Amino acid sequence: MASSTRVTFPNKFLPYLLLAPQVAITIVFFYWPASQAIRQSVLREDPFGLSSKFVGLGNFKRVLSDPNYLNSLQVTVVFSIATALIAMGFALLFAVMADKVVRGKGIYRTLMIWPYAVAPAIAGMLWLFLFNPSMGTFAYMIRSAGYNWDPLLNGDQAMVLVVAAAAWKQISYNFLFFVAGLQSIPKSLIEAAAIDGAGETKRFWTIVFPLLAPTTFFLLVVNTVYAFFDTFGIIHSVTGGGPGKATETLVYKVYNDGFVNLILGDSAAQSVILMVIVIGLTAIQFRYVERKVHYG
Amino acid sequence: MTFRGTSLSLAFGFILASSTSSFAVTEISWWHAMTGANNEVVETLSKEFNESQSDYKVVPVFKGTYPETLNAGIAAFRAKQAPHIMQVFDAGTGVMMGAEGAIKPVADILSMGGSKFDKSLYLPGIVAYYSKPDGTMLSFPYNSSSPILYYNKDIFKKAGLDENNPPKTWPEVWDAAKKIKTSGAAKCGYTSTWLTWIHTENFAAWNNVSYGTNENGIAGTDVELKINAPLFVKHFQELADLAKDGTFRYGGRTSEAKPLFLSGECGIFTESSGGLGDVVKSGMNYGTGQLPYDPEAKDAPQNTTPGGASLWVFAGKSDAEYKGVAAFFTFLSRTDIQARLHQVSGYLPVTLAAYEETKKSGFYDKNPAREIPIKQMMGKAPTENSKGVRLPNLPQVRDIENEEYENMLSGKQTAQQALDNAVKRGNAAIKQANGQ
Repeated sequence: MASSTRVTFPNKFLPYLLLAPQVAITIVFFYWPASQAIRQSVLREDPFGLSSKFVGLGNFKRVLSDPNYLNSLQVTVVFSIATALIAMGFALLFAVMADKVVRGKGIYRTLMIWPYAVAPAIAGMLWLFLFNPSMGTFAYMIRSAGYNWDPLLNGDQAMVLVVAAAAWKQISYNFLFFVAGLQSIPKSLIEAAAIDGAGETKRFWTIVFPLLAPTTFFLLVVNTVYAFFDTFGIIHSVTGGGPGKATETLVYKVYNDGFVNLILGDSAAQSVILMVIVIGLTAIQFRYVERKVHYG
Repeated sequence: MTFRGTSLSLAFGFILASSTSSFAVTEISWWHAMTGANNEVVETLSKEFNESQSDYKVVPVFKGTYPETLNAGIAAFRAKQAPHIMQVFDAGTGVMMGAEGAIKPVADILSMGGSKFDKSLYLPGIVAYYSKPDGTMLSFPYNSSSPILYYNKDIFKKAGLDENNPPKTWPEVWDAAKKIKTSGAAKCGYTSTWLTWIHTENFAAWNNVSYGTNENGIAGTDVELKINAPLFVKHFQELADLAKDGTFRYGGRTSEAKPLFLSGECGIFTESSGGLGDVVKSGMNYGTGQLPYDPEAKDAPQNTTPGGASLWVFAGKSDAEYKGVAAFFTFLSRTDIQARLHQVSGYLPVTLAAYEETKKSGFYDKNPAREIPIKQMMGKAPTENSKGVRLPNLPQVRDIENEEYENMLSGKQTAQQALDNAVKRGNAAIKQANGQ
């Protein structure tokens, strides 16, 4: 019965025509570069492409047995978890607080969203100007207070700096979604709980937080992808992967090996691995985490 | 209607006229990485060349930082859209030399221009660095510089040091730096840009010790690093010890330490001679001296090596285009042009004649700092240790050195460990770059 009432297009080509722009964009900006990366990852080539040799999985073998690669994997895990947790935690806190503001709600929210408009490289430069030990204002204050602030040599401090910059930029985006999520929670539920004597904290953890789960889940996916890929500009401008290799994430290593060291095969192999990791992560998130999400 | 008709035909006529004139002129594209005042020099030179004749037109295009320009050139070559001339930084020299099919030696091009190419007209230290082992000059030296010592005279006075007598050796630098720190004249005694270029590559040349086998890579691409020799270890351990209490401050891998000196936080500074412009602009009371050497090295001071960049020409262009490139390089070699370039920009002159003329004009009496790098490079004939460092992957090896130095300066490892690691990792990377 249902199938007989389905609306169908008499024209067989129109749907394809309408889809064509989207398909074309996907092919040009995803499939084509991805296939190039896969091709490059099984070749060993000089930078100019004058000589080229097929090496099968040789590049992958070398990359995976390189201790520096495993180090950057570890750096990426620490960096991504820290960035996602801090960015989402603060955003949720701010959103809940913003929800309570009665006067000037609009201005407050608008101001909160501004940092999102800042490009990653610029965000990195801003933090660098504030915290660079040679010229930063805050760095000067921290050093005058007697604390040995030197992210140029101290790897942990460098990590704190890039995580802070990366999280700061993403808080706005998360804030926006949490505010929207909070608005969709029926006020009657919260009022009913209040009448039953549930305190503010209890109301938050038993009603608001579970009902925000779809938003939180969505943001978890987005923030992971953000921390993996979009933070390149921040790391590039703030630490350049240093000191030592303390802030060299997987994406940064792809760039460094490919564009600075001109080892195209290794770099391509790494980007293929990265692609597999992100596809895997997203799949896991949708398969396991989403089950626990309750869509109100 | 008639009005529209005339204007249309006028427009067509204009397009025709302009397109025919552009057919007659051969365009020469020049990709470069110069910003600020140095970018203006590039624009002025191109304009002057274009106005000096009517057959060729040089079109300069800014392509970003040095590594970005190199990448853009490589990508363009792979897409068969390479420019005619590309500016490549010193560390990229080995990369370009490895790509024999992609480039055309400048020596060949200069002789295509009609005039015979005479190598003896050029500064020997610079030409040697940009030549093949058999002596063929591969690229045209455009902006060359060498590291020198800068110091803050006000801080020297406050610390009770002789403001007219800069430290000449590293132990003298350490002593002066400690005095600056303990007397409270400044928060830090000494800082430096480029630990790789100044404290490793030039340290080797200036003290006449080997950086690597095969004449530091000048004689062949198969190189084993020698930078964990005792003299290097001693030098870096001293730096690491001074870093502990802040007598030496680390600023970063490239030129990031400059603000530490300009703001008066550090009293002594080693940096490229090309950095003089910023020091002058800051208005501070500064002095300059030769790059310090190690008195324990028996041949020190030997000579320093050039940094900066040179112009490379891509292969696969027409003869007419190469003639244009030759004409442009001949123009750049003219004594008046070179002398002006040297005096205005602070780059080293490429030809001996330009150096002599600048000397005769009394320029160095007023600007002694401009002559220091030339004297450093010309003082002695280069040995196998002091022609410069050329590796197929010098940028990568510098990165490795930087990582190990950072872990040393933060106290995670000793100088011996840092340099041993740098040699081990560097050698593996060089092997890989050589395709072994």
